Amino acid sequence: MWFRSTKTPRAPRDPRTSASLGEGLFLKCDGCRETLYVKEVERNLRVCPKCGYHFRMPIEERFRMLFDEGEFTPLFQDVRPSDPLKFKDSKKYKDRLKESETRAGRPDAALAARGKLDGIGVLIAGLDYNFMGGSMGSVVGEILARGAETAVKERLPYIVITASGGARMQEGILSLMQMAKVSMALTRLGEARIPYLTLLTDPTTGGVTASFAMLGDITLAEPKALIGFAGPRVIEQTIRQTLPEGFQRSEFLRDHGFVDLVVPRASQKPVFSNLIRLLFG
Amino acid sequence: MASHADLEEPLRRLRTRLAELESFPESPARNRDIQKLTEKLRRLTREIYQNLGPWQKTLVARHPLRPYTLDYARLLLRDFVEIQGDRAFADDPALVAGFGFLSDRPVAFIGHQKGRDTKEKIRRNFGMARPEGYRKALRVMKLAEKFGRPVITLIDTPGAYPGLDSEERGVSEAIARNLYEMSILKTPVLSVVIGEGGSGGALGIGVADVLAMLEHSVYSVISPEGCAAILWKDQARAQEAAEALRLTAGDCKALGVIDEIIAEPPGGAHSNPVEAIETVGRFLRSELEKLQKTGLEKLLAGRYAKFRRMGVFEGSPSSK
Repeated sequence: MWFRSTKTPRAPRDPRTSASLGEGLFLKCDGCRETLYVKEVERNLRVCPKCGYHFRMPIEERFRMLFDEGEFTPLFQDVRPSDPLKFKDSKKYKDRLKESETRAGRPDAALAARGKLDGIGVLIAGLDYNFMGGSMGSVVGEILARGAETAVKERLPYIVITASGGARMQEGILSLMQMAKVSMALTRLGEARIPYLTLLTDPTTGGVTASFAMLGDITLAEPKALIGFAGPRVIEQTIRQTLPEGFQRSEFLRDHGFVDLVVPRASQKPVFSNLIRLLFG
Repeated sequence: MASHADLEEPLRRLRTRLAELESFPESPARNRDIQKLTEKLRRLTREIYQNLGPWQKTLVARHPLRPYTLDYARLLLRDFVEIQGDRAFADDPALVAGFGFLSDRPVAFIGHQKGRDTKEKIRRNFGMARPEGYRKALRVMKLAEKFGRPVITLIDTPGAYPGLDSEERGVSEAIARNLYEMSILKTPVLSVVIGEGGSGGALGIGVADVLAMLEHSVYSVISPEGCAAILWKDQARAQEAAEALRLTAGDCKALGVIDEIIAEPPGGAHSNPVEAIETVGRFLRSELEKLQKTGLEKLLAGRYAKFRRMGVFEGSPSSK
């Protein structure tokens, strides 16, 4: 019939590959479907100039954006993963780690650094979604815990930026224990009355959400980021119905009282700076 | 092997034969046979249960006749009073909490509760707690802290409930808050995995000074089925996943995650629930005795050090 649309539905964005903007000169915005010039999106902090859609951003870029003059001192770089379970699925965990290291240019999914934010000394740690989906194994847990302890020692506000599928299955029960380990280390910050601020980005799920992501004194989230405990597919299977529009997105969490502020990328640095000055020192 | 029934099939056959024999009229030959068969049954039970693989243990840990938290409460505690509600939204029957006397010692008692029959299973949501459950647990732990009572938690859950309402009311935040607060709770905390230790939903009441597992319980970051579905897109390969995940009590001990393994009766906790519960009771009493002698400062420093150490990596060790 003439009035029936013959258009096939849009293919959903592949969450694993959409971290990069792709190879070409142009890309199609996932938000408004407009064709955009890649360079322009990159210049605009990877935000669509037409609709404000936030593309994923690599963790180094976030560090460069937040630290003054993009300068920072990386910390704990000698902490490297091992394979305590000798885990193997279709591939050996050891090989997966090697490949991810080659691709991401770092040994695991966490990065921590010291530097200045608007002239204030801060310690920032972040997860790299490009490294095995930002999953949390022993190394991620260790770097985040050390970050908290170092922040206490040096009396620096601690900012953590999350992007993670959750605990890293390949490290089994040890990855689960990282949730407790990092939460435990965060208690030291609390006792020392040093601010702990989080920025949740797309996607933040599983064990990362159910531990340090939800423990911030103040919790910021990027617009429309997926934030949840169980993944949407698992929930749909459990309740056997489709989920409402906007479910588990930043704005949904804010409306339900679990996120303080949804902050677009360009405002994140001034908001952090303001919050730290309001709370600390 | 698909179910626990397959595992016990040889035992079931022996038991049937034994029952047949017992219905025969008494004779020396019959009595001799009964004795022989009983001995064989005992030997075979021991043999099967001493050689359980990770997947088989998962099945045993989920056995429908395994003692649940309230069975422990009934048998071990005197004057148990259940405390209900999180004072924010609702009560969660999937996670029970209360106070009772363990011997003469008043304790806070918290645990996941699965249901025994269909109606009860649904009411208890198969032991999958919602945020209210974790918030109630924390409320009771804070009461325990306030009144100087030690906390005992029993872990037995497939995981926190992955539902719409659970997300809406912040199950992540509830679990995270518990991890944080249990880390600095100023009273001894003792946890035992009595069945399924399912991921964050288990850990949410599992940050303890002493963590033990029953011999055939399992503790894992993800269920074998979930792991297989992700890694191989095939739930049927759960058995392989169970092996890869290292989720048995022996594995968890070797990885430094738990402190003790509590032995089960020869045929598993479900074969003799009373004995299993009493063994756990003895363990709890003796550990509590030790923990209550430890000063608070030392206790908390020990708890910090214990969890801070967890994980395996290369490179410089953590400071301190």
